[in-house]
Amino acid sequence: MFNTLKRTAAALAVASLISAPALAADLVINFDDLNEAPKLGFETAVEKFKAANPDINVIVNITDREAHKTAIRNFLSADAPDVTSWYPGNRMAPFVNAGQFTDVSDLWESEGFNDSLASTKSAMTIDGKQWGVPYTYYQWGIYYRSDIFAAQGIEVPTNWEGLLAASAKLKEAGIAPFTIGTKYLWTAAGVFDYLNLRTNGYDVHNDLTAGKIKYTDPRIVDVFEKWKELVEPGYFIENHATMSWQEALAPFIKGEAAMYVMGNFSVAAMREGGLTDDQIDYFQFPEITPGVARAEEAPTDAFFIPSNAKNPEDARKFLAFVAQPDIQSEWNATIGQLPINKNSTVGDDKFIQKGFETVSTAEGLAQFFDRDAPAEMAKAGMEGFQEFMIKPERLDAILKRLDKVQERVYK
Amino acid sequence: MSSTGSAQVADNKSGASPGGQRSWFFRNRIKLAPWLFLLPGLLFFSVYVIAPIFQSIWISFYEWDGLSPKQWVGTANYVELLDDDRFYTSLINNVWWLVLYMLAVPAGLGIALFLNQTVTGIRLYKSLFFFPFVISQVVVGLIFTWFYNPDFGIVGIVWEFFGAKPPAILADEDLVTFGIIAAGLWPQIAYCMILYLTGLNNVSPDQVEAGRLDNAKGWKMLWFIILPQLKPATFIAIVVTVIGALRSFDLIAIMTQGGPYGSSNVLAYYMYETALSEYGFRMGYGSAIATVLFLIMLVYISFFLWRMYQDEKG
Repeated sequence: MFNTLKRTAAALAVASLISAPALAADLVINFDDLNEAPKLGFETAVEKFKAANPDINVIVNITDREAHKTAIRNFLSADAPDVTSWYPGNRMAPFVNAGQFTDVSDLWESEGFNDSLASTKSAMTIDGKQWGVPYTYYQWGIYYRSDIFAAQGIEVPTNWEGLLAASAKLKEAGIAPFTIGTKYLWTAAGVFDYLNLRTNGYDVHNDLTAGKIKYTDPRIVDVFEKWKELVEPGYFIENHATMSWQEALAPFIKGEAAMYVMGNFSVAAMREGGLTDDQIDYFQFPEITPGVARAEEAPTDAFFIPSNAKNPEDARKFLAFVAQPDIQSEWNATIGQLPINKNSTVGDDKFIQKGFETVSTAEGLAQFFDRDAPAEMAKAGMEGFQEFMIKPERLDAILKRLDKVQERVYK
Repeated sequence: MSSTGSAQVADNKSGASPGGQRSWFFRNRIKLAPWLFLLPGLLFFSVYVIAPIFQSIWISFYEWDGLSPKQWVGTANYVELLDDDRFYTSLINNVWWLVLYMLAVPAGLGIALFLNQTVTGIRLYKSLFFFPFVISQVVVGLIFTWFYNPDFGIVGIVWEFFGAKPPAILADEDLVTFGIIAAGLWPQIAYCMILYLTGLNNVSPDQVEAGRLDNAKGWKMLWFIILPQLKPATFIAIVVTVIGALRSFDLIAIMTQGGPYGSSNVLAYYMYETALSEYGFRMGYGSAIATVLFLIMLVYISFFLWRMYQDEKG
């Protein structure tokens, strides 16, 4: 035992000696997902990059997503990697404004990303410059139990009245129309975003998250009035504030709830829970105000180059590499999400197919409430949404409080 | 003091070193020795405890996101605190924690008295009662989260047995804080119990015997004979309980994250949330909360130090 230890220590010492002089061709990449499929997708892409660039010594650090969110603030200034994964929209704003990310607009120009990655260009842009290169996004919408719908004789709703009627029918049959777990707040923001996008459209979503519209604005109050039509009759599952999104899957899998406003990543968990593709399906969040152009939520993940990167040249090579259509096709087929490069092909999974159709035909793509709004506003907003779902009668007080926060955050 | 004196004498005897000339360090070594031994501790205590206190008070006068340059805002953070509903919720919850956590002291005493007997296997029972203190707060939080779950938790089953609809304790703004405090009491009672158990070992049998001769029984025996002898244990139990209540953080982080909508927040967690969590990074505002929490603790710390001083004085 002791010998093994000694040998390991010796090996480590030798290894550190070898790697100690930082070679110019070292490329350090920090990635933020330890889940099996995303990790595999990333590692496969890195292997291909290595094969294409044998002179670059790639070093990867993969951490858990939540840990990455806290660690990034330290490592960007203290010990910056050459490439790091992060999120566009307002999530990248603090780092861009503090000068911690490198401007990669030239890469967008020279590699033709302005055309091939056009769908997410606006999300990657601050001050007219692009700050990173996206590699994946995924659709949101309503996931539902098609077997329950069939048994209850419910058609897939295409408008608000249809959705209310379907909910009423499910409720009558003793099935909760919607499951949701709001313990970690953001799930409620998904519902709010869709109600807002369908009631008022993409521009109002952007103006609200940019602080140009007050929460007490009649258009936003309208959104909450619509939400009330779901909350007051009890169309959301009870006790949702005690559950995470994964825990809220349990009633969905057991057949006690029939619909879930969610992102496509939930499909993997539904299948793991024992549901087959004959039992689950997807439909776009139905129309509310007729004539409002259909915009969708499509949160994007991207790679960025920190300003303190030691090897920015090779980092640029990597960013250009992950945007290639074939790389994005394979990567996203592995993780069950959508490639951003328009020349990529999508997987033949039915949810990916439907998602691709939903996203590629949308008039606008929102990132998500907590990525489009500044962090502090997002937190207060999402707490407000959760409170509203439990105490809808407090709507006025909640909206006034959000206005107060808004005034301070966007000054 | 007396030991130092005798050392001094011994020192003088052997001190006549052959060299005659002795260094300043050598001459003062008795005075210096304690400081030398204290030095590492003092150094780390000032670097890691004292300095950060002043640092965070200093930061509380700035607006700072941890990345961009700091911006002096004077007392603006404190003015904002005065108008912050979440802050008052946290403050009130902190008071609830302090008050209800105190139940751990009499409860711990009760269990200690109950376990302070010689029966076969009493050691096993003692260990079982002590068990919750040994397991991590994170585990305690998880266990109680499931316990409170209205769908599959024990609370739900009991409620349904009586034909009532189980409450979602952790989703109800009025119940949530009490739910978490109850979870926190479980290990805290065990802690107080162990303090009292060791205290009971030192209760003098003579005095108990004498009390018996004077016909003291039951409550009178407990109040006049046993409790005065347990005074040191009581003092420590109160100290650790107050500290435990003010530091309450892990259970909240695990069980509710301050939710629903901030109603189970306490100052420590609110500070973390504004300064360091995913949606936070308002270092100045977080520091202002920390400063308020520090001032509250200061009242208590001064009392504690004063008590220690009085005791030392004899």
